This record gives sequence, C-alpha cells and structure tokens, in this order.
Amino acid sequence: MRYLPHTQDDFQVMLQEIGVSSIEELFSSIPEQCRRKSNLQLDEPCTEWELNSHMRKLAKQMPDWDECSAFLGAGNYEHYIPASIQHLLQRSELYTSYTPYQPEISQGTLQSIFEYQTLVSGLLGMEVSNASMYDGASALAEALFMSLRIARRKSTVAISKAINPLYREVVKTYFRPSGFRVLELPYLENGRTDLGPLQGEEDLAAVAVQSPNFFGCIEDLDSTQQKIQDLGALAVTCFSEALAYGLLNPPGKLGADIVCGEGQSLGISQSYGGPGLGIFCTRQKYTRNMPGRLVGQTRDKNDNRGYVLTLATREQHIRREKATSNICSNQGLCATTAAMYLASLGGTGIRELAELNRDKAEYLKEKLLEAGCSIPFSSPTFNEFVVKFPSNFDYEQTVNKNIIPGIPLGQYYPELAGHYLLCATETKGREQLDNLVKEVNK
Amino acid sequence: MKDYSSPGTTGLVMHESLLWEKGKQGKKGYSLPKRDVEHYPLDKELARENPPLPDLSELDVIRHYTRVSQWNFGVDTGMYPLGSCTMKYNPKTNEKQAALPGFTNAHPLLPLQMSQGALRIMFELEGFLAEITGLHAVSLQPAAGAHGEYTGMRIFHAYHQDNSGTKNKILIPDSAHGTNPASATMCGFKPVTLKSDSQGVISPDAVKENMDSETAGIMVTNPNTLGLFEDHIKEISEIIHSQGGLVYCDGANMNAFLGIVDMQDTGIDVLHINLHKTFSTPHGGGGPGSGPVCVTRELEPYLPIPRVVKENHGYSLSSDFQSSIGKLHSFYGNFGVMIKAYSYILSMGQELEKVSQTAVLNANYIRQRLKETFRLPYDRPCMHECVFTDELQENYKVATIDIAKRLLDYGFHPPTIYFPSIVHGAMMVEPTECESKDEIDRFIQAMAQIAWEAEDEPNLLWSAPHSTIMKRLDETTAARHPHLTGDLKGPE
Repeated sequence: MRYLPHTQDDFQVMLQEIGVSSIEELFSSIPEQCRRKSNLQLDEPCTEWELNSHMRKLAKQMPDWDECSAFLGAGNYEHYIPASIQHLLQRSELYTSYTPYQPEISQGTLQSIFEYQTLVSGLLGMEVSNASMYDGASALAEALFMSLRIARRKSTVAISKAINPLYREVVKTYFRPSGFRVLELPYLENGRTDLGPLQGEEDLAAVAVQSPNFFGCIEDLDSTQQKIQDLGALAVTCFSEALAYGLLNPPGKLGADIVCGEGQSLGISQSYGGPGLGIFCTRQKYTRNMPGRLVGQTRDKNDNRGYVLTLATREQHIRREKATSNICSNQGLCATTAAMYLASLGGTGIRELAELNRDKAEYLKEKLLEAGCSIPFSSPTFNEFVVKFPSNFDYEQTVNKNIIPGIPLGQYYPELAGHYLLCATETKGREQLDNLVKEVNK
Repeated sequence: MKDYSSPGTTGLVMHESLLWEKGKQGKKGYSLPKRDVEHYPLDKELARENPPLPDLSELDVIRHYTRVSQWNFGVDTGMYPLGSCTMKYNPKTNEKQAALPGFTNAHPLLPLQMSQGALRIMFELEGFLAEITGLHAVSLQPAAGAHGEYTGMRIFHAYHQDNSGTKNKILIPDSAHGTNPASATMCGFKPVTLKSDSQGVISPDAVKENMDSETAGIMVTNPNTLGLFEDHIKEISEIIHSQGGLVYCDGANMNAFLGIVDMQDTGIDVLHINLHKTFSTPHGGGGPGSGPVCVTRELEPYLPIPRVVKENHGYSLSSDFQSSIGKLHSFYGNFGVMIKAYSYILSMGQELEKVSQTAVLNANYIRQRLKETFRLPYDRPCMHECVFTDELQENYKVATIDIAKRLLDYGFHPPTIYFPSIVHGAMMVEPTECESKDEIDRFIQAMAQIAWEAEDEPNLLWSAPHSTIMKRLDETTAARHPHLTGDLKGPE
C-alpha cells in the first residue's frame, strides 16, 4: 500500500531493535476479551483508478450544475469562487499543518488568521474577532453562553423567531442541559422581529436577532440593538449571509455587543452544508469572555513583527472545566479562505458584488410580482425573499425541469405553508431568472 | 561537504507585509459577472460606505499567500511527530474526490432525490466506522473532536434523564485532554479527577472509590495520552455499568486500534473519532476537522438528528427520533471532510489493520532507540506514541522547550510538549505509520544530537531556533497587551 512505506527488511530490523519477534507481540498488553474476533469486514483496497470511477459515479448522483439552477439560500449560498483561491488552497504548507502551537514554523497560518480577524472585524464593524467557530449555528449558541457569562446573575436569553430555524434548533440542543431559559420572539407583519414581548423582562442576558433574517429581511438594527441594550441585555446580531455586509450598515457600527454567523459565502464551497465558517466578533472589553482561539501580534527576539496564539488562559487546554468553551479545532483553513476571498474582492469589489446580489434578487422579486406571486413581507431584503406562488404553480414539476424554486417554509413555520424562500446571487444570469418567472407564468 | 540526508531548514524565504499594507484603492483581484439587470438602490439608512478592506490585484493575493505559506511547516514539508494529533500523510486523491463539482456545489437543502450521492457517502461512511470500532450506530454531525465529546456528553445527559434521573458528576483521569472536562461541564457535569496509577493507567480501585449513584459515568482516552493501553478498561467499564453509569471513550488515539480492538467489547458506550487524525483528512492549520460519534445499540435513539436512513427508494434524511438530543450543526456536519475519510477507507480497505500495526511499531522503535538518551517515565511497551521527559537534560539547565525549538533547526516538527501535564517536561512523540524507517532514523539521530548538544553546547538550544524566519516570540507580552486586530488604515 502506497501510504505505508516500510519494506519487509525494515520490519525485521525494527522488530529486532525493539526486541520482539512479531508485531503481534507489541499488542500483548491488550487482553484477549478486548480484541476483535474477526478481520475487518471491508473490501480489498481500491486502486486509485477504481476510486476515481466510484467517486465519479456518486458525484453523478448529484445535480449536473451546468444544467440545474437552484434558487436556494437559507444559510448556504452559491457564489462564484475565483480560480486563484482554489489554487491557493492547494498550498499544502497551509492545509497539512496542525494548529499553530510552534509559532516559529507556523507564521503562515498565524499571519493569515490575524489578517482574517482584522478583515472580518472591518467587514462587521467590530473591534475583535476570534480565529473562527464551527459554523453559524454553534457560533450563535456560544454567543448566548458568552452573554450569560458576562451578565453573571441573569438566566434568560431571547432569540428572534426570524433567526434561521436550523440555528435555533442548535441553540435549543446546547441550552437544554444548562438550566437557562430561551425565549422566542415573534416576527411582525413586515417580516422583522417583534421586541414587544420583552417589555418588563428583567432577567435578560442577551437578545439575538439575525440580519438579513431567515426571511431575507434586513432588520432595523439601529433601533433594535438600542432597544435591546435599553432592556439591560447584550445585543447579539447573527447572520447567515456574510456578503450582505458588503452593502449593509454593519452591526458593529450600530452598537452590537456580539456579532456572529456563517461565513460560507466568503469563498467557501457549499459542500452539502459543511465545512463552513463560524464567524465570531465582539467588543474589545469582552475579549476575555470569548470562546475559541485568538491570534495576537507580538515581536520575536530580534524585534521582528510576528504572530502567536494568545489569551490561551480562557481555553480548555489550560483551564479545563473552567474554560470559556470546549472548542479546540476550529475551521482554520476556511477562515484563511475567507481572508483570501475578502482580499481578492477588496472594499470596492465586495460593495459591487453585494449590490449585484441585491439587484438580481430585486429583479426576480419584481418579475415574480408581475407574474402574480405575492411577497408577504414588506421589509427591504438582500439576496433572499419569501414568496407565495400562484395556486396553479407546480413546485415538483419545476424541480423535475432542473429549476429548484426555493425552500418550502411550511416545515419550519406552519403558518407559512405554501410559501417559499428564494435566493438569487450574482451567479444567476437574467436568462435563468426569466426562466423561473416563465414557469410561474405557465 | 553539506549533509544532504538531513532536511535542515535553509532555503529561499521571502518577506511579506500584511495584506492592507499592500492595498491601493481601485486595484481588483476578482472578476465580477456582467451586470444584466438594473440597479435597485437600497434605503440610505440601511447602506454603508465601502467596507474598509484593502483593494489588491490577483497577483498581489497569489504572492501574498504563496509567501506566507512558505513560513509554515506541514506534513508535506516533513515529519510531524506531534503526539495525540496523528499527523499522518493526507493523500492527494482524497482532495481530488472532495473537489468533484457534484459535491462542492451541492446545497444542503436540495430535494432528497437530487442528493443521493452525498447521502450514500454518509450512510456508507457511518457503516465503515461502525465496523471499524465494533459499535452499533454512528452520527457524522459533530464538526470536530471536542464537538464529538460534547455530543457524547449530551447523550449521557439525555440517557440518564430518561432512566435514573439527573446525575451531576463525571469521572475523568488526570491524563485526559482539556477538552474532556470542558465538554462535560457544558452538559452540567462536574468533573471528578482520577489520578493515574504508577503504571500510567487508571486503576479499578480509584474508579470504585469515586463511582457512585450521582455519577454519570467516566471519560477515558484509550490508548491514553501516555500512549498506553488502559489495561483495566474492561473491569472499569463493569464497575461503571454496575452503578448505572456509562463509559465514554475519547478516540483521539484510535490510530493504534484499527482492526485490532473491538471498542464495544472493552465496555465503551460512546466513542468519538477524529477523521482528521485517524482517517487522514488534513488538519488545515486548525480545522476543519470532523468528530463522528459511535454508540451502542442502546444509545442509538439519542444520536443527533437528522439521520441518514436507507429506504426502499433510496437514501433519505429523517428527524423522526423522539429521544434524539437534537441538532448540533447548521446542516449535517463537515461533509467535505467526510468525503476524504470515505476515500481513505476505500483506498485502505482491509489493510487498515496494517496502519495500526505500523504506527505502533514505529512508536516502539523510537521509544527503544531513545530511551537511554531521554528519560522514559513509564518504561513499558507503548501503543502508537511514547512520552519522554527532559529530566536527564535538566542537569544542563536545558528544558523541553529548548529541545523542541532546537529540533526545528534539524527540519522536524517537535513532538507535543508539556502534555500530558501529569508528566513534568513531557515530550509526546507520535510518528504515525506514514514515516519510513529512514526518516525515523534521521529523527532519532537529530534527537540524539540535540541531547549531546545539551550537554556540550547548551547555548545552541537556549537560543534555538536559528534558521526559521522568526526567532522565539514574546508570548507574555502578546497575552498581557493583546493586539488582535490590525489597523486597516495604516502600517502596524
């Protein structure tokens, strides 16, 4: 096998050196009753040729993306990934290294993460970012735990029902054994969050909203975050479409305490939902309450600028049960990818790209309205929106024609049965948009 | 003449500034699709100025990352014997399979009939991991090892709630990874530390003494972080089970057991695996990983949802499991990583057993060859890794950190140092099965040379590393005055 380099001779010499007569002898400390009774029931090793053909066959059971147009968002977005980024990701010095425990030979990873922290903070208008979390959902759960640590004596958090329902599911899983209370806030007729039910609530550590929210609606963060802080709670703003902040006023500038969400849009392939990128930012004064790795700038013995993992005293390998989180590995390479993507776009490019995303979605929205669809929520949107197709529209039949017209919402919001969440990014040409409209017009 | 047999660390190293120190407004590194729809302006109050990101050309970005990557050491660069991290070779064909457009462009909420290829990979990978571990059912959802531990602890919590009521303590040996107590705490368990015995393993007596009806169970790592098989695991499991507890195994070190140990027969109820260790997927400088969880038949109902199920018409995703602990990831976990592990298992097939045999052989060979040079705190045959200390070098005022830094000059990544924390000045060496005898001999030679230098020229160690782009970095100041965000407007 090509991944196992020893020759027969090597085995003999090594066994001799160790002073045993067989490899089995090395395992003599394992009691008979703990051993396997049979050989592994796996096939013969595949050759590289066999593997290629097997995997190609499986990949063919997925849509042919030249033929299929999917209008799907909801936390995972189709954006064009430049060839330059795919090429850079093959630098094996970056992808075959471990967590940068030895900074002298890990400056590539460390500087890349420092740059990631800086670029993401800039994008979201925040002061500090960590080196990443697993994904948007776990980042939100961790943000709420962090708020409870900061608030100390409080035991309630509130989350908007307009937050991605998959994220809310994860938050519930994380919170179930904790004894803390999670309130859900309804949404208003215009698709934004209703903070009304919080009046008089005194035990609130944090309130989380998402913007753009699950319905694609842009929340009025300026007033929402202010109202949350007036209640004595931390304002947590999450997002699932990071690219929106190429155009939208960033939550940090509007006073958010914690901003977290999914960064898959920033140059990371969709990959059936993972790996993605959990982005996590906060204000300087809360840094020591943050979960996850942090990279900081320092100097070496020769006074050269360099980077190290820092503030590890928050983390599990030092603090064990008193750590701010159990997180160890994060999504390092995905964070680096996001930095490459942001650097490739620049401030000018990301603004232009974000506008193009919104314009594609607005165009589609306008044409669908003309075709007799209704748009239930009136709030402004970015590249996603909720639509109700005319009653004669056949979803299944459209899917059969390789056009996937959004995600049915009834499974998450029974009151929105018959409504769909549609997404149009820069990847959709006008012809594809018009083709979807034609299906509705039939 | 120059000695070409040792990798050494000299070469062409370019300087490179921070991204924003190279930026100039109006540069462009991205090709935007042509605008074919009109512009729909957004309310002014909702819009921002351009984000403060530097504008760079495509070549600026390419050179930037090419240069900084050259400051990094990876498995492709050289031997990386980082204990408990299993830095094995990351086969290139795995990368190729995961990059097939059918997978990379797949949206996770595609209609099921359009996702059959992805679902089949997940279903079959679960089956492979069940077969390899001996356990009954698997969830691929956890995104990393610690996420898998957390999942395991949530399963403990849910199981006890359904059966004997809430329990609030958990036993964890002092040699465990820090993630173990941190994960248990997040699920409401208070860790009770078990001291390892003089042989470096957990003694059944210590378990008996601490196990009671308030205790949810135990978290063990097997082989443990000293690289030793937990000899009494079977007896320990019986003690825990007899008092209604469950046994969790941290599978970070599974690379020693493939095809050899049946985890269910050792009494394990829940086990997490690191695909980025045992199953060859790259670590990416700190992720993305993947931490599947394997459980017994009895605990299967608690696995996270949704689960991949096989039905007459094909594969499907089901959330119809009443006892499930719920959802842990936005979607189904790190699918891109799963493809790589799946490819690896298909490529290795039945030969996975040879992986563990070779990994254990390599570790014992190093142990044997260096045991006169560095002190072995537990002088007995090891599994896939062995732990030395700096005790013999202390006489010359040389510590583990100096040895590790000097090793960089010889072109090797250092072992895991100062862990497990129960061993003073620990150096935990895990060569993996992928290193050839020649490479291992070079590593041994470098370690021996360093031991000699410690005695004769300790200054070489104190001032190491010498040939890396950075010399030792000031970590104290970094922590005291954290500088975590650069200034996008100007030079640092």
